[in-house]
Amino acid sequence: MDGAHDMGGVAGFGPVRPEPDEPVFHADWERRAFALTLAMATPGGWNIDMSRFARENRPPADYLAKSYYQIWLAGIERLTEERHLVEADEIAAGKVLHPAQPVAKILKADDVTAVLRRGGPTERAATTPALFAVGDRVRAKDMHPPTHTRLPRYVRGHIGRIEAVRGMHVFPDSNAHGEGENPQWLYTVSFSGAELWADAPDPLLEVTVDAFEPYLERA
Amino acid sequence: MTDHDHHHHHDHSDLSETELRVRALETILTEKGYIDPAALDVLIETYESKVGPRNGAQVVARAWTDPAFRARLLSDATPAIGELGYAGRQGEHIVAVENTPELHNMVVCTLCSCYPWPVLGLPPVWYKSAPYRAKAVKDPRGVLRDFGFELPPTTKIRVWDSTAEVRYFVVPMRPDGTDGWSEDRLADLVTRDSMIGTGLPKRPDEVTR
Repeated sequence: MDGAHDMGGVAGFGPVRPEPDEPVFHADWERRAFALTLAMATPGGWNIDMSRFARENRPPADYLAKSYYQIWLAGIERLTEERHLVEADEIAAGKVLHPAQPVAKILKADDVTAVLRRGGPTERAATTPALFAVGDRVRAKDMHPPTHTRLPRYVRGHIGRIEAVRGMHVFPDSNAHGEGENPQWLYTVSFSGAELWADAPDPLLEVTVDAFEPYLERA
Repeated sequence: MTDHDHHHHHDHSDLSETELRVRALETILTEKGYIDPAALDVLIETYESKVGPRNGAQVVARAWTDPAFRARLLSDATPAIGELGYAGRQGEHIVAVENTPELHNMVVCTLCSCYPWPVLGLPPVWYKSAPYRAKAVKDPRGVLRDFGFELPPTTKIRVWDSTAEVRYFVVPMRPDGTDGWSEDRLADLVTRDSMIGTGLPKRPDEVTR
């Protein structure tokens, strides 16, 4: 979706403000929101692409007004409400008002280290030959799906070069909507600064994105 | 007001309302049996005190001192990093990119906050913020100026936008004046920002031991 989360090249946000000696979390609620989000994926059964879509699919003013962990909180509220694990009236009341739903499994403290260690690899065995090879010229499609996608707006319609072939990976555009992993070839595609930003080209700038095969066409 | 607010002038939201919602959610999820409260503590402790940029600094220091390791790291970073014991969530597919006198690398995630957790820990606020996500792919030299340094105008710059599940990690150039240094001593020079590409390693005269 063409949402406020897709920020590459957007003007007006001002300078980057590094914070000296920044702590990992800035408030206790951030710690809790972070940990709840990681822990709830086990009983909730959602995947990372569903989580990302739950965070980004909201009015731009809302997305931009929220701090990072406020967006995570909004995401976990939506994911749990959609599955009726929690109801909106319960969050408003601050207490349980409805019976718990049965869940297959929860994340136990003893399993956390192993679960984190295992992570969630997204590469899958290749089932088709890759359409493109290193060096090929490709155009990022000018596409605007209302659903989740990982092709940023600032490269759409622009011509780049295949820099690397990364294997077949879970396709977020399908996986975010419960339509299966649908693995696709993943490429690192490089674009020159002059191609992307014709009005203000840096002659020595190159930008790469990781793009799934359905995002690309031969150029 | 917490310190957080001072650094986020765009954050107009009422934090006490947020605190209440988080507390409500945690209470409800726990009472319904979806959450093991002890698991939350382990998750927080892991990323607050165990997994952080010191991991990445050890990887860089090894690459600086061991040419065979450097070659493995640059050709297939995930198993090479695994040799030092670092692996897992948000680092399942890591690619290491090396700075040279001709090329400077910088890493961003314009769509959210993708970051190589096993080597760098959780990302800093600025990395997840709108200014960085917006500016890094268009004016990375301006970003470096925001961080207080100027890249030579003849140095090429490559910005890696982490739009899928590949996680990028920069191997900065080894500072001059460090011949014969041990891995541990070198690791003290490797800053988090130098592994994102928004900073440089410290010079030998900036550390005391």
